[in-house]
Amino acid sequence: MATSVLDHAGAAGIHPEKTGFLSWITTVDHKKIGILYGASAFIFFLIGGLEALVIRLQLMKPDNNLVSPEFYNQLFTMHGTTMIFLAVMPLSAMFFNFMIPLLIGARDVAFPRLNAFSYWVFLAGGLFLNSSFLFNAAPNGGWFGYANLSSKQYSPGLNMDFWAIGLQILGIASLAAGVNFFVTIINMRAPGMKLIRMPVFAWMTLITQLLVLLSFPVITVALILLMFDRLFGTNFFVPLGGGDTMLWQHLFWVFGHPEVYILILPAFGIISEVLPVFSRKPLFGYTAMVFSGCFIAFLGFGVWAHHMFSTGMGPIADSVFALATMLIAIPTGVKIFNWMGTVWGGSIQMKTPMYFALGFIAMFIMGGLSGVMHSAAPADLQQTDSYFVVAHFHYVLFGGSIFALTAGAYYWWPKMFGHMLDEGLGKLHFWLMLIGFNLTFFPMHIVGLEGMPRRVYTYPAGLGFESLNRLETYGALILGFSFLVFIFNVIKSTRSKVHAPADPWNGATLEWAIPSPPQEFNFPVIPTVHGRDAFWEEKRAHGGMMPEPPRVSGAGIHLPNPSYWPFMAAVGVLLLFIALLHHDGKFGPLYIFGAVSVLFYSIFHWVFEPAEG
Amino acid sequence: MDSTAAAQAHEHNFPERAWEYVKIGLVLFVLTAMEVGAYEIAHREGVPLHDFMHTALIPVLIVLSGIKFALVALFYMHLKWDGPLLKGIFSFSLFLATFVILALLSLFIYEGKFSELIGPLAKVAGP
Amino acid sequence: MDAHALHPATSTGIPNRKLAIWTFIGSECLFFASLISVYLVYKGKSLVGPYPSEIFEIPLVTVGTALLLFSSLFVVLALNGCEQGNRKKFLGWLAMTILCGFFFIGMQVYEFTHFFHEGLTMQKNLFGASFFTLTGFHGTHVTIGVIWLISIFIEGVRGHVPPAKALNFEMAALYWHFVDVVWIVIFPVVYLMNS
Repeated sequence: MATSVLDHAGAAGIHPEKTGFLSWITTVDHKKIGILYGASAFIFFLIGGLEALVIRLQLMKPDNNLVSPEFYNQLFTMHGTTMIFLAVMPLSAMFFNFMIPLLIGARDVAFPRLNAFSYWVFLAGGLFLNSSFLFNAAPNGGWFGYANLSSKQYSPGLNMDFWAIGLQILGIASLAAGVNFFVTIINMRAPGMKLIRMPVFAWMTLITQLLVLLSFPVITVALILLMFDRLFGTNFFVPLGGGDTMLWQHLFWVFGHPEVYILILPAFGIISEVLPVFSRKPLFGYTAMVFSGCFIAFLGFGVWAHHMFSTGMGPIADSVFALATMLIAIPTGVKIFNWMGTVWGGSIQMKTPMYFALGFIAMFIMGGLSGVMHSAAPADLQQTDSYFVVAHFHYVLFGGSIFALTAGAYYWWPKMFGHMLDEGLGKLHFWLMLIGFNLTFFPMHIVGLEGMPRRVYTYPAGLGFESLNRLETYGALILGFSFLVFIFNVIKSTRSKVHAPADPWNGATLEWAIPSPPQEFNFPVIPTVHGRDAFWEEKRAHGGMMPEPPRVSGAGIHLPNPSYWPFMAAVGVLLLFIALLHHDGKFGPLYIFGAVSVLFYSIFHWVFEPAEG
Repeated sequence: MDSTAAAQAHEHNFPERAWEYVKIGLVLFVLTAMEVGAYEIAHREGVPLHDFMHTALIPVLIVLSGIKFALVALFYMHLKWDGPLLKGIFSFSLFLATFVILALLSLFIYEGKFSELIGPLAKVAGP
Repeated sequence: MDAHALHPATSTGIPNRKLAIWTFIGSECLFFASLISVYLVYKGKSLVGPYPSEIFEIPLVTVGTALLLFSSLFVVLALNGCEQGNRKKFLGWLAMTILCGFFFIGMQVYEFTHFFHEGLTMQKNLFGASFFTLTGFHGTHVTIGVIWLISIFIEGVRGHVPPAKALNFEMAALYWHFVDVVWIVIFPVVYLMNS
């Protein structure tokens, strides 16, 4: 029998706790890690939202000077970077972490400490990026950091160093999680849960992890080259030294396009879980849903240069990428028809999650339509770099991902926290969000086609942009307010102490078979699965709703021990990257040596610490 | 743990397997020598096969290194006896890696040449 | 520790750690593909010298290549020994692997120093930038591999790597082979495909 880490810890004078603040630092429990992701991501989401509100206030009237042009550049860069990397991705990660082991009938992920490490590195990256504001040096070159604006010559401050290094840190977190969840889903399913019986959210998560694993290395290389240019004076993207700025664009978008599928596929998965439950009908066309997801991911690697139609690649390249982009609309369309087929003829339960799910379908269709308009390269020459594009991606990222993540939040809240969210407030949230969202972003299609460019800190009067911009700002304020409603709902519901049952929605999947919130070991007995919608199966065999599952002792179930080392290793990673920023200072080598020592020391203890009792 | 019969038979033949690996090691060494040989031939005038190798050096090197790659992956990395999942993970990654390299090469180096090939169509399509 | 705890049942029969290292290797394929692409895209585009044909020392690099190839053979033999419980075979061949790794790194360090003295730096031209980045990151991977193998050697000497724990060594061996396989691509592409 392995000695527990507590014995070793006692010898070393460190005691990982089971409760309290330290229990969160040392936790390796996927459910706690999920909550950590969710809380952090939501705070970053609010920060990104605040950045958006300031942008909208600045654009509310022509020739405005609420913020300086320099600060405006920081605002839109950080808004984009924050929303993509610090909000949508980790909000999805909240659901990956909390729900995937439950959906597949496992006790935890394949590598619990690596899972914790991913979270702490993500937090480090998010804090690092946002700490730039303290130095008045927030990233200001756009979330896509185009060369050679991002070069030392044209971005002499620390802004783009914060950006590149911050993204590298986040990339490490994502890659580690990618390996972890890929192995978990492939290897840790309950007996009988063949891949083709898995919940669609698990499939979409699996495909998303594959996209992360295969696309993040490309941006890692791009960022390395950029940092070498900025820190060491190489000329990868410096034209005077022979560098080609187009190389940056290609490398970035080879990553960047799969990245948007990383942002939307988990949302697709959530919707595929919510619609069946609230239509009381199995998902229409399960196999088509799985294969279309795979096809989207595969094709997603072949369309990246549709972000570059105006860069003069030549007619062959333009045509190839235009055609591939149009092709990708097909599997996406399959999904939309299948969602509609799921709802059609069902017994619709209009609860809050369903509102957001239906809202998702409508908003995502609109975003998809503007997307397909972009795919025609000639038409895109007018649309690109205008507000039309801003409209498109907000419809798919907010109307798509955020609506779906919100649906997931209302859906899974009772399971995660043990109480329901108030229905009335939930519906109010929905309507405010739907109205606010459309008021903000629909007019952008119009001003975009009328010629308003992206990333401008103001516009002159008399061009016809004034009234619609003002409308968009009002819409944004309503949208922001809708989230206050959500926060109020969370606080009110948490205080209400009304306990949620294990299965409040008559759910189809395994997570609803265990108490709310789940006990640490998830399942007292690992279930055996006989088909899709495993819990509906069970209820069918049982002849109706299952009785409330009791909370049991869990004696004899081996769980991984808590550990300090993932946290410490993350600290080492952060220190290493900070040291990189100071590499040419007087103590540069010393900082690097110190950081590497912390990292190696932590990894060493991590490796030799017994993982399981 | 491998469960296929072939893999299990393979697991128990330790002494023969060690010798197999040594043989592969020698083949790898010979292939490397051939690569360097091809390079030398391509760069020395008047040597037999110089003209052929001068034009065909790249395909020759691709073939030789491809064989070395396959030998290490299949035998040393044990993929020959592993199941389809591991083979699939590595193959798909390699496929995508090759695609990225070829795509970037096409976009940066060969775009002009493609346009020449397509000729009239290209004139119709663009300014 | 009982065998069940060491190798719990998985849906595919493949241990989690083995699947993890292969997944990681798949990801690394894209990392090196990007670096190789950058090298190839910038080949011949340097504005000033030194140029590759002027300073490459093929014999030296060939020796390094051979060393790395043989180290792959040695690590397979070492893994064999570990799985059989043959301590001498395990540790002997592992030591040889590590030695080859050291000499490869030594070759690279010598090469880099020599190039530096010939006037080739990362900043000098695109060749320097892309060459040092590609081979430098490969060399870093080799170094990490050597450190990993050394720690397994030390654990092996202390008797902590019985056949039941061979999987941990197998992970390192797979990583090591991958590093070798990347060099199998870099050697012809960078050094030999020169006009």
